[in-house]
Amino acid sequence: MKVSPFSPGRTAIYGVLIVGALLSLLPFVYMLLTAFKSYGDVVNNNQWPWPPFGAEVPQFGNFPAAMQQIGFDRQLGTPLFVRYFLNSVVVTTAIVIGTLITSVLAAYALARLNLPGKSLLFIAVLAVIMVPEDATLVPKVVMMYNLHWYNTYWALIVPFTVNVVAIFLLRQFFMQIPKELFEAAEMDGMGHLRYLWSIVVPLSRPAVLTVALLNFIWSWDSFKWPLLVTRDTNLRVLGVGLQQFKSGEGATNTQELMVFATLVVLPVLVLYFLLQRQFREAVTTVGIKG
Amino acid sequence: MAGVPTVVSRRRSGHFSRKRVRELGLGYAMLAPAVILLLVFEVFPILYGVYISTCDWRLECTQFVGFDNYFRALTTASTWHSLLITATYALISVPLQLGIGLGVAYLLYQKVRGQNFFRTVLFLPYITSTVASAAIWSYLYSPDNGVLNGILKTIGLPAQHWLTEPKGVFALMAQSAGIALPAWAAGPSLALVSLIAFTTWVFVGYDIAIFLAGLGNIPNELYDAAKVDGAGGWTLFRSITIPLLSPTTYFLLIFTVIGTFKAFNHVWVMTEGGPADATTTTSVLIFQQLYQANRYGYAAALSFILFAVILLLTLIQNQWAGRRVVYE
Repeated sequence: MKVSPFSPGRTAIYGVLIVGALLSLLPFVYMLLTAFKSYGDVVNNNQWPWPPFGAEVPQFGNFPAAMQQIGFDRQLGTPLFVRYFLNSVVVTTAIVIGTLITSVLAAYALARLNLPGKSLLFIAVLAVIMVPEDATLVPKVVMMYNLHWYNTYWALIVPFTVNVVAIFLLRQFFMQIPKELFEAAEMDGMGHLRYLWSIVVPLSRPAVLTVALLNFIWSWDSFKWPLLVTRDTNLRVLGVGLQQFKSGEGATNTQELMVFATLVVLPVLVLYFLLQRQFREAVTTVGIKG
Repeated sequence: MAGVPTVVSRRRSGHFSRKRVRELGLGYAMLAPAVILLLVFEVFPILYGVYISTCDWRLECTQFVGFDNYFRALTTASTWHSLLITATYALISVPLQLGIGLGVAYLLYQKVRGQNFFRTVLFLPYITSTVASAAIWSYLYSPDNGVLNGILKTIGLPAQHWLTEPKGVFALMAQSAGIALPAWAAGPSLALVSLIAFTTWVFVGYDIAIFLAGLGNIPNELYDAAKVDGAGGWTLFRSITIPLLSPTTYFLLIFTVIGTFKAFNHVWVMTEGGPADATTTTSVLIFQQLYQANRYGYAAALSFILFAVILLLTLIQNQWAGRRVVYE
């Protein structure tokens, strides 16, 4: 559209965008600043207690203090935060890898193999998307008790190692790979599995990365399910740990809560800035949160 | 598919080649992990949920009660109250999110400088952990030392209770002007409106990303042709952008509505459904019945009621959109 660079219209556009960007960023900036404030500055609502407006130094001591307040792992004696973090890393990694395995295999069979009944199966698989999470919440919790998975890593991981969106996406991608490629590979003596692993998957990197990133976002953000199926502090993921800290365990120490939040947000931010284009593409290709 | 005829002829002749048998075996084996997991964790729970909802459930079905849980849920005020809260939440936040999302996406689409910077930053709230950002916002909303009340005090307005304020927003505004409003005109509670502001903050970046993708699909020639005919900016937006963007808008509408109906994490972190049930959405009510009251049968019945409402809404949206969405 033709608008000259410095017209009033142009200025207004930039004005709106800058305000929007500030609104998106400021809560995180505020989190970070608060993480370095003393208790007194938080209570007195002192926005910038450091030079040149104040005489304080950044309170790096908030970090060990927060660790102390969060508590210690009764099994290992290490800070609980480390345990929460490792739990999140382990659960998220297992879910991402598990989902990739189940969906790559299923998507390949649906896209490439000649199986009776597969289109019907594909429709049935897609129908699962229609079922809202809440509808199966109660029976799934009961199942965790029945399977003796309550309060174990199994409950946190296994139900999420299948994902219909992932199957759908990978199938679409695999179908675009020309059939002749397989025929050539077959000449070289490759079977389906070797062909899938050494040719299809590398060729489908964007789709595989999309599936991995989406599942990473979803499971790093998980909260409701882990809260329902775990009891021990040792088994908490970051989301549950943070919420429990906020709702009582952390007393009234806002600066320590912000330290906790910073440590939860930071790994995702780093990953996001490294892979921002892929993140956005991942979400716009499918785009359902949670 | 080139392979189909040969398969059919082989099947008629009564036996498969060894290669074909291996392909079939391999194919179903590859499907098995995903299909078994889906059956166990998605399909079976629906049936099991129906069973649980007809029970007085204490670790097991201690008594079959038929549709009792459903009757009780439908005759309890808290159920209807939660549906009302959910509907209010959706009715305000969906148009707000989509409106702001479309507006900002349209601005970004005007070939602005630093488009990539703005997209990256606006997308940030969506990507970060909901529990963490909800904790940050709870602090912004804090009545004692939150930054929002700090701003209000600086510009000479009364401090608010935000997330702990059950009073309606209109009632609060009228109150500061010295007028007492009747209960029906009080409006949604400030606590709910504060949650809606947070949700909007989280999801607008996502809506922008999707709208931008949709805008990119509208051919430029259409705009050029309309401009030749003398159409101005607003006319272009109304008669080209809006109709051609309608499939995108429809997709976002469905997912945003479903999203608001299952909203839970941030509500639980920020208010736990309070104050005085002012933010108890149906999703929160189900969780309370399950997690705090251990009423499994009742919670299961509630979830199917919510499922029915969502299904009904999706059908209505389909009907409504069928007449309005323009597919090229």
